Amino acid sequence: MFNKLEFEENAKKTTRTSRLIKGLSAVTIGLLGSMLVLSVISAEKAAPELAQTALDSISLSGVENPVTAVLLNFRSYDTLLEIAVLLIVAVAMMPESSRNTSLTAANSRVPTHPVLIGLIRCVIPLSVILSAYLLWTGAYAPGGAFQAGAVLAGAGVALLLVKRWQLNYLRLSARAFMALGLAVFVIVAATVIPATGRALNYPADYAGALILIIEVAATLSIAFVLILLVDQLLNMANKQVKPQDTQTEGLDKS
Amino acid sequence: MSQDLIYCTTGIGLFALGLYGVLFVAHILRKLIAINISGIGVFLVLLATAKHEGVVDPVPHAMVLTGIVVAVAGTALCLWLTVNIHCRQITQQGESK
Amino acid sequence: MLSLTIDIILGCGVLLLAFLSLFSRDLFLAIVLYISLGLLVTIAWARLDAWDVAIAEAAIGAGLTGALLLAAWHKIKEQSAPNPSTSEQSTPGQAQNVQ
Repeated sequence: MFNKLEFEENAKKTTRTSRLIKGLSAVTIGLLGSMLVLSVISAEKAAPELAQTALDSISLSGVENPVTAVLLNFRSYDTLLEIAVLLIVAVAMMPESSRNTSLTAANSRVPTHPVLIGLIRCVIPLSVILSAYLLWTGAYAPGGAFQAGAVLAGAGVALLLVKRWQLNYLRLSARAFMALGLAVFVIVAATVIPATGRALNYPADYAGALILIIEVAATLSIAFVLILLVDQLLNMANKQVKPQDTQTEGLDKS
Repeated sequence: MSQDLIYCTTGIGLFALGLYGVLFVAHILRKLIAINISGIGVFLVLLATAKHEGVVDPVPHAMVLTGIVVAVAGTALCLWLTVNIHCRQITQQGESK
Repeated sequence: MLSLTIDIILGCGVLLLAFLSLFSRDLFLAIVLYISLGLLVTIAWARLDAWDVAIAEAAIGAGLTGALLLAAWHKIKEQSAPNPSTSEQSTPGQAQNVQ
């Protein structure tokens, strides 16, 4: 079942799992599912105590949107570690070979469709404005750093799909950009220790401003990391046309 | 029959479908899709239980938001490893010929 | 009553799309169906008053995951194909690299 990675698209005939096993597993999973549904039906609905606590202390958090308050104030360790997870994935997916180009490089030889360029010219500024709007409204309405970062990343991916512009992720500036969100978060978490005695426990007067600072930095980092993820998957094979190089490199590293 | 029950059932159904898919679907990309479908099922159950009458619990919402981003990061890493492994297998096949 | 009907239809649609996406023959179709599943789930989250999650799912869950899956699918297909057909199928820029 998991012994071999299957890459063939029409591999249904080659699987050796017998029908008996498949049927038994289906029945087991079905039983599990129906038991879960039964437990949901029979369970009494819990009183929303945590929700009440969270909603009552919104005024202390510095923002009005309860989800942003939970994400960046009440449970900010979650968000801190989540940004760290994103950074780890970005480090794992960094390109191997370094190109001696600056942070952004334009390749004017790549032919471009006029329609594509026209679309890009409309969509990218709109996405950037939408991203800034989402970031700003995150304080009092649905929106926030992750949504804004994702929209910004969408704009970046659209720009890179034209294949006319490239980003060099190994430049120091690019790496600093990716680490910016986590760095600002950790710095803010540490600087509030003298004021309140605990990490990530913002003083109520400055909470709104601190959350905004963290969100701006996190948005930029999330957008850059997401662009890196998509771009690496899209353009990796171009750099691995000579597979022997990659193999020896991989063996050296292991 | 209420709204949260409907969405809980849907979420559990999605989770079961995804679990079966992870076990018995052959292609590696389909396995990844199945894992993601399971994740959507879990998120659906969490959010369906978060909606109380008159009060919406923001804590599960924040957890799901975190979960979505981490799921995408994990999927990206898996895809990256998949493509790399495939590249290496193709190279080995070409050398053995 | 009407809202419950909408919820039931939405739930059935989500389950149907998940089933089709898992067991369809064509892998490309499976990925596209997964993207549409993400978009339908976005509506479900809007119904559950989870607007933050709905925005994030539409942008990240459906959009970026779909883009990542499609990119990986394209790479695997390109690598599997023998070299002559690779240069035929790929874009002009990549064909120059191969030759």
